[in-house]
Amino acid sequence: MLKILDAIRLYFRYLGISMRAQMQYRASFLMMTVGQCAATGIEFLGIWALFARFGSLRGWTLPEVALFYGIINCGFAVAESLGRGFDIFPELVKSGDFDRVLLRPRSTILQIAGREFQLMRFGRLAQGLAVLIWALLHLKIVWDFARAALLCATIGSAAYLFYGLLVLQATMSFWTVETLEILNTVTYGGTETGQYPLTIYRPWFRRFFTFVVPIACANYLPVGAILGMADPLGASTWAQWSAPAGGFVFLLISLQIWKVGVRHYRSTGS
Amino acid sequence: MVSPVIGGRGAAFRPYLSILGARFRVLLQYRAAAVAGFGTQLFWGLIRMMIFTGFYASTTRAQPMSLPQVITYVWLGQALFAMLPWSLDAEIRAMIRSGAVAYELVRPLDLYSWWYCRCLAARVAPTLLRSLPLFCVAGIFFGLQAPPSWSSGIAWFAATVGSLLVGCAFSNLMNISLLWTITGDGISRLVPTLVFALSGMLLPLPLFPNWAQRILAFIPFRDMVDLPFRLYVGQIPAVEAGSVLAQQIAWTLILMFFGRWLLARGLSRLVVQGG
Amino acid sequence: MPQIVVRNLRKTFQVAERDPGVWGAVKGLARRRYRTVTALDGVSFDLETGELVGYIGPNGAGKSTTVKALAGILVPDSGQCDVLGRTPWKDRQAHVQQIGVVFGQRTQLWWDLPVIESFDLLRDIYRVPKKRYAGVRDELIALLNLEPLLDTPVRQLSLGQRMRCDLAAALIHAPAILFLDEPTIGLDAVSKLAIRKFIQRLNRERGVTVILTTHDMDDIEALCSRVILIGRGQILSDGTLEDLRTSVTRERWLIIDLVNENEPVEDSFATVVRRDENRVVLSFDPASISTAELISRITARNAVRDLFVQNPPIEEIMAHLYGRARL
Repeated sequence: MLKILDAIRLYFRYLGISMRAQMQYRASFLMMTVGQCAATGIEFLGIWALFARFGSLRGWTLPEVALFYGIINCGFAVAESLGRGFDIFPELVKSGDFDRVLLRPRSTILQIAGREFQLMRFGRLAQGLAVLIWALLHLKIVWDFARAALLCATIGSAAYLFYGLLVLQATMSFWTVETLEILNTVTYGGTETGQYPLTIYRPWFRRFFTFVVPIACANYLPVGAILGMADPLGASTWAQWSAPAGGFVFLLISLQIWKVGVRHYRSTGS
Repeated sequence: MVSPVIGGRGAAFRPYLSILGARFRVLLQYRAAAVAGFGTQLFWGLIRMMIFTGFYASTTRAQPMSLPQVITYVWLGQALFAMLPWSLDAEIRAMIRSGAVAYELVRPLDLYSWWYCRCLAARVAPTLLRSLPLFCVAGIFFGLQAPPSWSSGIAWFAATVGSLLVGCAFSNLMNISLLWTITGDGISRLVPTLVFALSGMLLPLPLFPNWAQRILAFIPFRDMVDLPFRLYVGQIPAVEAGSVLAQQIAWTLILMFFGRWLLARGLSRLVVQGG
Repeated sequence: MPQIVVRNLRKTFQVAERDPGVWGAVKGLARRRYRTVTALDGVSFDLETGELVGYIGPNGAGKSTTVKALAGILVPDSGQCDVLGRTPWKDRQAHVQQIGVVFGQRTQLWWDLPVIESFDLLRDIYRVPKKRYAGVRDELIALLNLEPLLDTPVRQLSLGQRMRCDLAAALIHAPAILFLDEPTIGLDAVSKLAIRKFIQRLNRERGVTVILTTHDMDDIEALCSRVILIGRGQILSDGTLEDLRTSVTRERWLIIDLVNENEPVEDSFATVVRRDENRVVLSFDPASISTAELISRITARNAVRDLFVQNPPIEEIMAHLYGRARL
């Protein structure tokens, strides 16, 4: 227990230091944040334009889709800003600086996770939150404590899930040093997918994002419960309420795979 | 002894051709990047396709484009994704940052043309490499249709060349702006977003609200994606290709003129500062 | 029992190969060929507590592979290794708590932070008790003269300053063993001397075991009582610097300053190594002619203003050795 507390303390030390380092470049930081806010926000303008023209999307309204959009973007923003160390990890391997990480008496996960905390990603978080709040104001949800908790858990689940994807992406670089854009497809493509309800996709696509990369656990399933509707795809209420755990499980699995990657690295020393 | 200066008329273009060749060789080295680019484009195309199918299934009102047209438009966008003026030239950026840009002035080349060619190479090489497999796969499996007529196809091809010229004039302008902003942090984030949204990559421009159409007609972005694509699907009749091309060339000239003027000012500033 | 025991360490790597040219690139898309490279081919040695050993060899000889294995970050294919009673790669975290590593080419300090904050962070990473930390830190600051640098961000330090800070950073947790990988690379003469002096004190006064890999033979000459030479993954020699020198060549140099310029100097037992104006450098083998005899023979023929005898410079020896190690 003490060990875990100590690790958490060190993690926050790392984050604090990274934050202060970034504050040294304030002008650049502000510009990047605003830029990111605009860059990600424009996506929602596209969705809005489509709803303006078509009215609805297979029975879903704009505020409902906005709820999906907000949850996924907030979750992704959190994962992206906290998981930046994994995002830039391939460079760490290429430059040989990962050896230094191994030379320190701490877990590699802790050291990489704490390596960089990217404030700039607040741009995405800000626009995601704005859309989320707009959606909540326009939806007639019967709020109770359980629903509010479920909403938070869903955002958390999205963050865990995307963090897990970043870890997996980093793990790949233990085996190959070539660029790994292919996994960007799953992270950025995953956010794109998650911005819409699962029902609009083809069955094989749904299955992939439910059982392989469980994005459905981090938006579609619990959102159904928040909106108080039965799932048209037939998931039970129980499944809707417990789905957010899927994101967390995904992260745990990713971290196990990471450990396999570290073992591989230490035996090949690439 | 043969003087290296003498080499006939072709020699004037040789440096510009060699940059194109070099780009190709570099690109061929990165197999993972090529495969990844293909996979990413395919994936995004699929998502967009399903989203548009969903929207079209939800309305009975007549739309400015039919669903098959929109799907073809989306796949064209994915196939020619690399052609858009997304990014700054990393080398020029590094050169300006380090001050080494002064050495560019030593070369016996017209700087604007040189940079313009770099832009061309950076767009054409990856596009040629990546578009073909996507055309095949999307054409066979995912609803990318052939142009309705030969004339539409030819019109599209001509307008694509036109869009390349506009796009490179625009991205060269971005490169030149680095002489002022140095880091290009803001530009490298904001400009791609604008291009993405206003050119037709985000959604086909005819689907924008009507009031937005009027604004879009007065800015050069639709010349980069939207107009050629609409020629392809026949939403703009092939006979109008002439006016599309004229518009593209006009924009190219305006952007080039502005770019040259800006470059001259930027360089004189550099010289005054002692670069 | 020795502090470090290395027995029969072996390690091979797979290196991807590709044919040159565009066709090679295209073929590489489909299938990759691999070549096996033997980095360590049965390396064995012992180190006692408090030794200061130079671990040398040409690039690619297996130096850094050995160091990585000893540091616990690389798992060898076979062989045993015991450092402070532990197998380094078995329990990484416990092992690295006991060692310090400095890479001359890279810093472990945080680029944008003032030096002192890097030290504080390392204290937390290595879980050094507050009280002990204060003592160690202040001592290192005094020894390495870091006081004026403490509030400077690392990115603004000169290479020499940075290296001093890096040395301190590697010692914050008071390791028993210190690995130094080219610690003087790229430094000016004054900085080199300061670093060497510090390493020597650390070794003599604290009894810290130091393993030094370097290409700078002055480092070796100034610091190391023992030199291990590795080539092609095998230990080629292990002993004092003097042993190493005589194993290569017994030759000695006689340097003569003549009274008259350009006067020829010849002797059947010696060869001229170098000659500029009135200085002549002769090399000879003391086994075939004694130094005294050679001197008397030369002075009989030439007008000599001054002369002295010395060993050939260590660079020459090393060039010789490395040439042998590469074969």
